Amino acid sequence: MIEKALKGNRSYWGWIVILLVIISAGVYSYINQLTTGLTLTGMSRDVSWGVYIAQFTFLVGVAASAVMVVLPYYLHDYKAFGKIVIIGEFLAVAATIMCVLFILADLGRPDRVLNVMLYPTPNSMLFWDATVLNGYLLLNIVSGWTVLGAEKKGVPPPKWVKPVIYLSIPWAFSIHTVTAFLYAGLPGRHLWLTAVLAPRFLASAFAAGPAILILVSMILKKTTGFDAGKQAIHKLSVIATYAAILNFFLLGMEFFTAFYSNIPGHMHGLQYLFFGLHGEGQLVPWMWFSIIVGFSSLLVLLIPRLRKSSPWLIAACIGIVVSIWIDKGVGLIIGGFVPSPLEEIVGYTPNLNEIFITLGIWSIGILILTVLLKVAVAVKMQDE
Amino acid sequence: MNDNRREFIRKTGLGVLAGLGAATGLFSKSSFETAEAQTTHGASTPGKRWGMVIDTRKCRDGCTKCIDACHEVHNVPDFDNAKDEIKWIWKSPYENVFPGESKQFVSEETREKSYLALCNHCDNPPCVRACPTRATFKRSWDGIVAMDYHRCIGCRFCMAACPYGSRSFNWRDPREAIEKRDQAYPTRERGVVEKCNFCSERLAQNLNPACVETCPEGALTFGDLNDPESEVRMLLEKNHTLQRKSELGTRPSVFYII
Repeated sequence: MIEKALKGNRSYWGWIVILLVIISAGVYSYINQLTTGLTLTGMSRDVSWGVYIAQFTFLVGVAASAVMVVLPYYLHDYKAFGKIVIIGEFLAVAATIMCVLFILADLGRPDRVLNVMLYPTPNSMLFWDATVLNGYLLLNIVSGWTVLGAEKKGVPPPKWVKPVIYLSIPWAFSIHTVTAFLYAGLPGRHLWLTAVLAPRFLASAFAAGPAILILVSMILKKTTGFDAGKQAIHKLSVIATYAAILNFFLLGMEFFTAFYSNIPGHMHGLQYLFFGLHGEGQLVPWMWFSIIVGFSSLLVLLIPRLRKSSPWLIAACIGIVVSIWIDKGVGLIIGGFVPSPLEEIVGYTPNLNEIFITLGIWSIGILILTVLLKVAVAVKMQDE
Repeated sequence: MNDNRREFIRKTGLGVLAGLGAATGLFSKSSFETAEAQTTHGASTPGKRWGMVIDTRKCRDGCTKCIDACHEVHNVPDFDNAKDEIKWIWKSPYENVFPGESKQFVSEETREKSYLALCNHCDNPPCVRACPTRATFKRSWDGIVAMDYHRCIGCRFCMAACPYGSRSFNWRDPREAIEKRDQAYPTRERGVVEKCNFCSERLAQNLNPACVETCPEGALTFGDLNDPESEVRMLLEKNHTLQRKSELGTRPSVFYII
């Protein structure tokens, strides 16, 4: 089936070449990091996680959001998602691989990564995260590929794949819940020490994920002529709208609890992010940009007439993705480290080498997604 | 019918009781009662528990003898920049070392003095809970929170978990920045986490930790917190002391007389 990815027009190969060029720059930067150390990043003993772990957190959400098409289609037999479900599953595969790569890029000793499995430690949330992520990757590759393979041969998918798909549904919720537990269970990190972190992760994932899925479908329609269907796109936009409302509602809860209780430790993280603390507010413009873009996109999505018009929908989806990426991929992780446990404010700016590695990993993910979708579209359109 | 039901209930009840009995027998080490010892405010580990009392009244401002001694015997590199910095023991102002303590009308002396900070060797260490490979662990026989530099994968989860900022990461090769190499303690490699080890290598030779031994004022006292006759326990009995962020339930083994 993979041979279908080898036949493409000039723009397909051009796109592949562009991605490969960025990947090479990323690989080169990673070799730099391997030989010199993580000093080639903006991280320090105070802000000890940065852009890698932030991307990881955002992408776990993208991966988990596949459940928003898998669940209606397989559990509720919602036929309109028939063509888009494979895009969701393959998006999950690409996103999960990026998650794994971002974790690897962040490790000081990647050569020892198997220690996580050699010395399994159930009390560590990272052990569980590694377990559920790898499991999720496997579930999605197996179910996506098998169903597509059956479709290629024009036969119904084998019976054993149904339980695999059903298992992937609760599993999707688990990956983002466990990822939230990485942060939410740490004493002394007030921004993360909140029971709504996992719900908020899920809400933001189910807003940003479907928004990305809509954008990918639009790109596919434009480049290949493959149409996921108006009804599917519309339904996804409604899912993204409700999830975005829930996300902002939960963010509001954080503000209320911190500022009404007026406990300094609980306020510090949000103060640093949104208003600046002791005159330091590196991320303030980012966070307000995220809020403004997020709310305006939500407003567009809330008006049915705008939501149903392609240009508005595209703009709103980009807005939701950007807003949540800043919130989760920039603010949440870095904000969790500021102020430090000794209440010092230490800034963090990613280094150029770190940015190249980040772009490289994103390009690997997009390349995987491109190849998988190329195969999927070729199979789906073989009869047409 | 009624008899049947009664018989059924009786047999099930017996079965459940027998099962519970067997379970307690089988899992004697982690039987139902000992779960209490695991709760945050329960009793501490049995056996030895090394601890330290810092008499901050005796600690001289501007003196860094304990810090220098520690960093020298443990080959702690000095990169001279905050981003790559590695430290096992250091001094910080009152409001940084004790952020939860009283902030209003603090005496000028307290406010302007700096206080020693080091790994607390918590009795309930969050870093150990977080580590995915057990590269950092609490020694069952003396309570020291130790590091296995050869197992650490450098994920820095322990650094996020530590509420005291006691852990440092080797962002680059530390060997380039060690002025005088001490042969008695290993240097570390790039990519692993390190921190104060309560001088476990010196304790094995019946020596006090380097910081304790070096302090010219005798401000640091080291001993077994589980021994009611020990010097540290005497100090704790006679003085009002603080533990850093005690509200987090980590049960630090380092105490401060302010």
